[in-house]
Amino acid sequence: MIIDRKARLIKVESSKDYHLLSLESPEIARNARPGQFLMIKVSEGTRPLLRRPFSLHNAEGPIVEIFFQVVGEGTRLLAQKKPGDALDILGPLGNGFSLKPDFGSQEVFCIGGGRGIAPIYFLARELQKTGVRPTVFYGGRTETDLPLKTRFETAGCELLISTDDGSAGFSGLVTALVEKELERRRPAFLFACGPEPMMETLAEICQRHNLKGEFSLESIMGCGFGACWGCVKKIKKSQEAGYLKICQEGPVFPWEEIVWQEAENG
Amino acid sequence: MVDLSVDLGFLKLRNPVLAASGTFGYGLEFKPFYDLNLLGGFVVKGLYYNPREGNRPPRLVETPSGLINSIGLQGVGVEKFCREVLPELAKLETMVIANVCGAEEDEYARVAEYLSQHKGLAALELNISCPNVKEGGRCPAQNPEATYRTVKKVKQATSLPLITKLSPNVTDIVSVALAAEEAGSQAISLINTLLAMAIDLETRKPKLGNVMGGLSGPAIKPIALRMVFQVARAVKLPVIGMGGIFTAEDALEFMIAGARAIQVGTANFVDPDACLRIIQGLADWAEKHHIEKISEIIGTVQID
Repeated sequence: MIIDRKARLIKVESSKDYHLLSLESPEIARNARPGQFLMIKVSEGTRPLLRRPFSLHNAEGPIVEIFFQVVGEGTRLLAQKKPGDALDILGPLGNGFSLKPDFGSQEVFCIGGGRGIAPIYFLARELQKTGVRPTVFYGGRTETDLPLKTRFETAGCELLISTDDGSAGFSGLVTALVEKELERRRPAFLFACGPEPMMETLAEICQRHNLKGEFSLESIMGCGFGACWGCVKKIKKSQEAGYLKICQEGPVFPWEEIVWQEAENG
Repeated sequence: MVDLSVDLGFLKLRNPVLAASGTFGYGLEFKPFYDLNLLGGFVVKGLYYNPREGNRPPRLVETPSGLINSIGLQGVGVEKFCREVLPELAKLETMVIANVCGAEEDEYARVAEYLSQHKGLAALELNISCPNVKEGGRCPAQNPEATYRTVKKVKQATSLPLITKLSPNVTDIVSVALAAEEAGSQAISLINTLLAMAIDLETRKPKLGNVMGGLSGPAIKPIALRMVFQVARAVKLPVIGMGGIFTAEDALEFMIAGARAIQVGTANFVDPDACLRIIQGLADWAEKHHIEKISEIIGTVQID
């Protein structure tokens, strides 16, 4: 965990309300793994008060990147930052995806829904370095919700696109596209990040097809490093379910350990 | 070189800055950021006798310059704390204070008794004021009689110095402070969070899973300062002030109002090294104002 008070913003790429920020932060970049995240101060003052969590979109050399959609006050302020600005960032935080299993030449699915695609790029790149050619599923509402399409293609990933309205790629939810693909091939492992309904459906699919995989969860966070107990999710480890901190014990969990909202209320 | 030490009578602190319970984990979470021995001390997360699951999420909502939480005192319980965490904390030179919780008076006493049998704690802070545990935020600190009874019972169960942490969710905080003093508490800390809520306009549901929660952060500082001022004038005990302290200037206001030490809470979330920044800021301020001992400013508020 490193506090970098002067991470220089060197590049901003924007498309609709999506933004990709490249920051120079050598020490954090060197220690970063896919699935980990940063806590970023979006304001100098006390409004908003808390840092905001952003999954690492990429880390290469001295550069870390984040990719986000403007969804509230914090992201709105962050989107206004200009190249040359210094940001106060804390990271890398969280456990990250497990890249340990030897996937070899087996299929690996990486699934991102909406802004949940953010950590999938870093993950896919790291998988490529280990000789795996991951299949990336990228779903959005409409064509303009897929601003990272070219980036994945340039990186040489096998990319499957879905849009809810059929304006690009498969017409329907990304989970339906995954199901369709499962009819003809079976991955050794599956990674996912996206809205909760998407991941809940994916968990059902994994159960039905008996697939192994890990999901990255999102939450409001107070601190990002385990001090506040604010970002918990019900997680089931060896039959016992309890609230675990997404920031510290996560944000990545094996899909079968995650207790979804409905089950939790029931 | 400014002398930052302060004396609580039962406890001498190298500086007046303590990290507040519920915002500092069990202390070890902050070890990657700095040497914990630089602190005046810290208060660990509230402990019940048994492990506690905490409230259903969402547990946090941000409001202007504030944070409402409804964590619900999720925690490991005293046994695991004493077995796995306290031995690590005992190696520190800084003052480690445990925060004692209970569902009823007996549990407070049992927790205090259990903790007292282990090495490594400098004092206990009695958390009779968490708004997140019972429905409607009820707690012993809401009336002087329950406060008196709880403090008295815990005093009998422990030989450790006792700090009683008060709730701001009362009409007359001075009467509660006096009850704690009369029952034998050795210090008063205040304020805990203010009972609060927020609503989502689209769903018309409360933004917290637990409906209500406790407000902290700079938004509550003026209220906290006022209450510290009132209590410090009324009791003979040392007062530990807290509520929205983010800067050394905030801390100085509390000390001038009468706090002999201060606690830093929500700021730890935003800046893991907030306490260090405040300690340094106190030294800088004192030096600039030619004050040799920071304790000189305690209670020096000028009222015409």
